[in-house]
Amino acid sequence: MTSTSTPAVEIDQETRLDLYRRMVELRLFEKRAYDLFMEGLVKGTSHLSLGQEAVAAGFGAAMRVDDYTFCTYRGHAHTLSRGTPMARVMGELLGRSNGVTGGKGGSMHLTSVENYAMGSYAIVGAHLPIAAGAAWSAQERGSGQVAVCFFGDGATNIGAFHEALNMAAVWKLPVVFVCENNLYMEYTAIESVTAVANPAADRAAAYGLESIIVDGNDADAVYAIALETLDRARQGAGPSLVEAKTYRHGGHSRADPGKYRPDQEVEEWLDRDPVDTYRERLLAQGIAENALTEIDDDARTDVEAATQAAREAPAPGPEVLERNVWADGSATWRN
Amino acid sequence: MAELTYRDAVAAGIAQEMRRDERVYLIGEDVAGAGGVFKATPGLLAEFGPRRVRDTPISEEAIVGAAMGAAMTGLRPIAEIMFSDFLATCWDIVANQIAKTRYMTDGQISLPLVIRTANGGGARFGAQHSQSVENWAMAIPGLKVVAPSNPADVIGLLAASVRDPDPVMFFEHKALYATKGDVPDGELVDTLGTARVVREGSDATLVALAAMVPKALAAAEVLAERGVSVEVIDLRSLVPLDTQTVLGSIAKTSRLFTVEENPRLTGWGAEVVSIAAEECFWDLDGPIVRITTPHIPLPSADALEDVAIPSVDRIVTTVEQVLA
Repeated sequence: MTSTSTPAVEIDQETRLDLYRRMVELRLFEKRAYDLFMEGLVKGTSHLSLGQEAVAAGFGAAMRVDDYTFCTYRGHAHTLSRGTPMARVMGELLGRSNGVTGGKGGSMHLTSVENYAMGSYAIVGAHLPIAAGAAWSAQERGSGQVAVCFFGDGATNIGAFHEALNMAAVWKLPVVFVCENNLYMEYTAIESVTAVANPAADRAAAYGLESIIVDGNDADAVYAIALETLDRARQGAGPSLVEAKTYRHGGHSRADPGKYRPDQEVEEWLDRDPVDTYRERLLAQGIAENALTEIDDDARTDVEAATQAAREAPAPGPEVLERNVWADGSATWRN
Repeated sequence: MAELTYRDAVAAGIAQEMRRDERVYLIGEDVAGAGGVFKATPGLLAEFGPRRVRDTPISEEAIVGAAMGAAMTGLRPIAEIMFSDFLATCWDIVANQIAKTRYMTDGQISLPLVIRTANGGGARFGAQHSQSVENWAMAIPGLKVVAPSNPADVIGLLAASVRDPDPVMFFEHKALYATKGDVPDGELVDTLGTARVVREGSDATLVALAAMVPKALAAAEVLAERGVSVEVIDLRSLVPLDTQTVLGSIAKTSRLFTVEENPRLTGWGAEVVSIAAEECFWDLDGPIVRITTPHIPLPSADALEDVAIPSVDRIVTTVEQVLA
């Protein structure tokens, strides 16, 4: 078993600052999203990545610009980490016309194809076979692209996970499956409903894959395993299954205060906050504090601007309701 | 002009499109080496090779999921689901993902893919291998639904489906695979959403689909001998739905029957009938009647299955009684 907490590769300072910047942006964005929920501006539901930012940041920094991202309803971070403009993501959360899908998708269905963010899928496990299909297409087109598919620990118990892993392994597809194990499938401890201790990594052997566990709160470690698995896929060596151990700071979704989690467990994971610990690491490595503060300030400004843009954007008009069911732009089903 | 079986037409249609466009791939269970369990895809592996014609594991979600992921990134895959009943095992990918993704992404993602499947009864396979489920697909916004009744239409409509920029559910009828028909020479490309008047008549309109088309035609023959002239329409696709051909026929005949293999409740005929009732009520001279399979799972025994699915006799008797 590979268990990575210290990176095998040397990470340069520019990359470290990039990882930090990505995490801070995601943290501040998600906090703002939460605040806007409380304000009643974001309707419906939302699933935040607070506490899990290092996974999206680490992979986002390691991926080639045209690699594909497939993520879940907890997908703000993964979509943003591909460079999707914050204002368009925030607009989508607010149901505004400037949103990435003009208000049709919402928080759970962020998609920005121009950023190779190929969709946030809200049925658990559904996107694993779809990501495998994108990898199949990349393989056949010889494009050198890799599909990266993020999912939660709960997805490891659904059939689509196993169908996708098997087919990806048999066809040697360029896809990296990334399980963010935050220890809870919705409101229930994953260990209480899963036959093995490591829900993804312990299943890898069944598909002839290496068992990979990474500290999902360590951006350097995630970045290193991302580079390794992306490279393996690009070289034609087939898929990887990475289990990133992490923890969400809040509940499953907006409606969930997360009270089923023991206080001590929450405190232990808060002490391992990916953003705070990374900041401390960078300072210990001699990076000037003002360089980090500047990143913090820029991220704050960006989130503020995105919020402002979303607040000011008009709601979508009824004219878009019956648009884009079909490729001709219409919703026409009869003559 | 050549005479082909319906099953040969499937392979011919796929081959026609694979020769034309290298982005067209075929995947599914037993489609490559075995040439399909219904022998609808023989010869394709030999002509196009193991990368473009590929056997999959028995993993329906992976099959249609792979087709979806490939379609959104530059391929034009044809995925086979061996029996349409098995669509239930991957209905999430079909109904929640494939159907809705263009709309949910506001047009960012196109899914030019075809899901072919063997639909319908008559083979004594029982309730899990005989269903007519075209109405399942019809109920989901974002899916086009095609069901050919003869070899020439198989090729032409399959070509149109492969070239269509939207996802198409292509229902082949397993009771028709052995039937023969004339197929014109050269490339065949048809148009989705066009019904066809396959027999003209003046006393009543029978709207049918897939395996119900030859039965409706046979019934029309019997009825003609008894002095009743019925017009038969082969609907060919449910989405898009060619309502104008149906409404035009009713304007002429003033009577409407549907002949449906799907179980009664919310069968495709219900939509056709509701459109007729709303839009040409005053053209009608009497009640509209749906001739369907009862609302039951299909039984296996031939004696039972033959009674369940609309038969030529039942069509004839129903039309005679209603028009009497």
